Amino acid sequence: MKYLFTILFSILTILSGCSRSGDGERPSSSSDTPAPLTVGLVFDAGGRGDRSFNDSAYNGLEMARSRRGIDFMFAEPDGQGSDREAALRLMAVNPDVQLVIGVGLLFSEDIADMAKEFPDKKFACVDYLRSPGVTIPSNLAGMVFEEKKGSFLAGAIAGLVTKTNTVGFIGGMESGVIRKFQSGYAEGVHFVNPEATVISGYIGMSGSAFANPAKGRELALGQYGRGADIVYQAAGASGLGVIEAARESGKLVICTDRDQEYLAPGFVLSTMTKAVDRAVLAMVESVLDGSFAGGTAVSYGLADRYTDYVYNEKNSALISSAVHKRVEQLRADILSGKIVLDETTSLD
Amino acid sequence: MDELQYGLTGATLGVVFLQILRISVPYVLTSVGAVFSERGGVVNLALEGLMLAGAFGAAAGQHVSGSVLGGMAGALLLGLLVALLFAFITVTLKADQIVAGIAVNILVMGATRFGLVLLYGSSINSPRIPGLRAASLFLDPLFLAALVSVAAGYWILYHTPYGLRLRATGEDAATADSAGINVQGMRYSGVLVSGLLGALGGAFLVFQQHTFTDNMTAGRGYIALAAMIIGRWNPLGAALASLFFAAAESLEIWTQGGWIPSQLLQIIPYVVTLLVLAGFMGHSAAPREAGVPFYKNRRSE
Repeated sequence: MKYLFTILFSILTILSGCSRSGDGERPSSSSDTPAPLTVGLVFDAGGRGDRSFNDSAYNGLEMARSRRGIDFMFAEPDGQGSDREAALRLMAVNPDVQLVIGVGLLFSEDIADMAKEFPDKKFACVDYLRSPGVTIPSNLAGMVFEEKKGSFLAGAIAGLVTKTNTVGFIGGMESGVIRKFQSGYAEGVHFVNPEATVISGYIGMSGSAFANPAKGRELALGQYGRGADIVYQAAGASGLGVIEAARESGKLVICTDRDQEYLAPGFVLSTMTKAVDRAVLAMVESVLDGSFAGGTAVSYGLADRYTDYVYNEKNSALISSAVHKRVEQLRADILSGKIVLDETTSLD
Repeated sequence: MDELQYGLTGATLGVVFLQILRISVPYVLTSVGAVFSERGGVVNLALEGLMLAGAFGAAAGQHVSGSVLGGMAGALLLGLLVALLFAFITVTLKADQIVAGIAVNILVMGATRFGLVLLYGSSINSPRIPGLRAASLFLDPLFLAALVSVAAGYWILYHTPYGLRLRATGEDAATADSAGINVQGMRYSGVLVSGLLGALGGAFLVFQQHTFTDNMTAGRGYIALAAMIIGRWNPLGAALASLFFAAAESLEIWTQGGWIPSQLLQIIPYVVTLLVLAGFMGHSAAPREAGVPFYKNRRSE
């Protein structure tokens, strides 16, 4: 008897844990004429409503729909993201879908396997992470951003704006991916301000390090307490704690991926942004135009401002025009090759 | 590498001391609650879920009502509901307590995310709430609640008839039953106390953070469980162990990038728990029948 209840209950909870896992959902087709392309999108953990990567990728497809008349469907794996492979397969076996896009670097391995299994479909992966010695299948295009260069510019802003000559960095999970943000940032700070001190910290060593705002707050309060007046955070949802700490101590924070200025107006110095929406749009257009570059990692970098930093009327009070000019010069120098930054991600 | 400044002046020590207390509040509340559940004979792996439910209740409660009291009420209500569910499954239905605890955690994780999307259209966080403005940590009602929970918890467990009955239930339910104690009622009460205190622990996180973030407890329920074990199923011990874990976490925060690898400091709670469980630090004093369902009028299954 008790086992029956236990089993039943377990099944119930697992079912409730999956948010619509595996359902391919089709937003209404806009017209009667057949779409030139149907795209299948698989979200990363967080899914729609994350106001970040997933939402941005979705916007990219909506832009593609209104401009080029494509059709798309999407699937949301559960919170743990364990059924990523199943969701990808669901899209790949659908005869209507010609392009499958996975959002997030955690798809990198699964999507490469899937591309080999379905050679007549095209695949793309946002934030693709190439393992050493792996050849990318010719029907898979990796989509990468220039986090190191973007972080370098964020560091340059911090190094120029700091009054205490001490700035901080807080990363989510300690890994090669996040260390790239840290090293780019530190290089940027020291490039413009060799005297400055950079204090670095990480939330933790597991995936939950990206969802621990309370620890992000404590780490940030510690760094502000040690004299930092600007902290750069690349910590996912844990970064919300860093923003809260900035507001609480009246100091500044630089965010990543998406502009989070609205969370703490006046305390967000800038944001290192990745235009996932425009990158997805460009990827879809490359398939439509026949210029799809499979087998490679396509870079969406500083050029065309796919990877960029935020400078607008909201933070121009914090960044003087002289600082802005200097950072724009650095950006031009990186683009012209005068400043060389290695974008390779170490996987240790 | 970037050098660190360890200015261990008196002021810094004060900051560190405050930080340790701040980090320990959710641990203390939740682990003291866990003592009640386990002393009554219910192994409580659902702490993570109870905290998360409380956190969500606090955010939603304050967002809806606009007051701290509304937030508190929301936290207590959701904590109570989840605890009732857990008690119903483990005490009334007598399901495996470990499995049920984990199932409740998964359920709450999914349900709170669903609630986030439903109420606020976000899968990451709730809108900002005013939180709880206390002049200092020492005036924060939840900090005071943590203090009171330790003292009152100790007094209730060891100096009241209710405490004696609860402990008897966890040690030997059949004997307690023959002495006229309502075993099921006792176990329900232990789990519900755990739900209320765990929910307050979650509420503290939300009020400090001014927003509910998906899965924001980030394993704190399991740390609280470990604190209760190291504290030998005693409110005072659980509180001291919570302080110890908070100190380890604070030390890790302040020494990052220094000569001590932060990974070593991060594993301290888990290593200490394993050592205690393995009996390297004196014999562990778990209630004898914690985890054993009680069947009235039956010697064995």
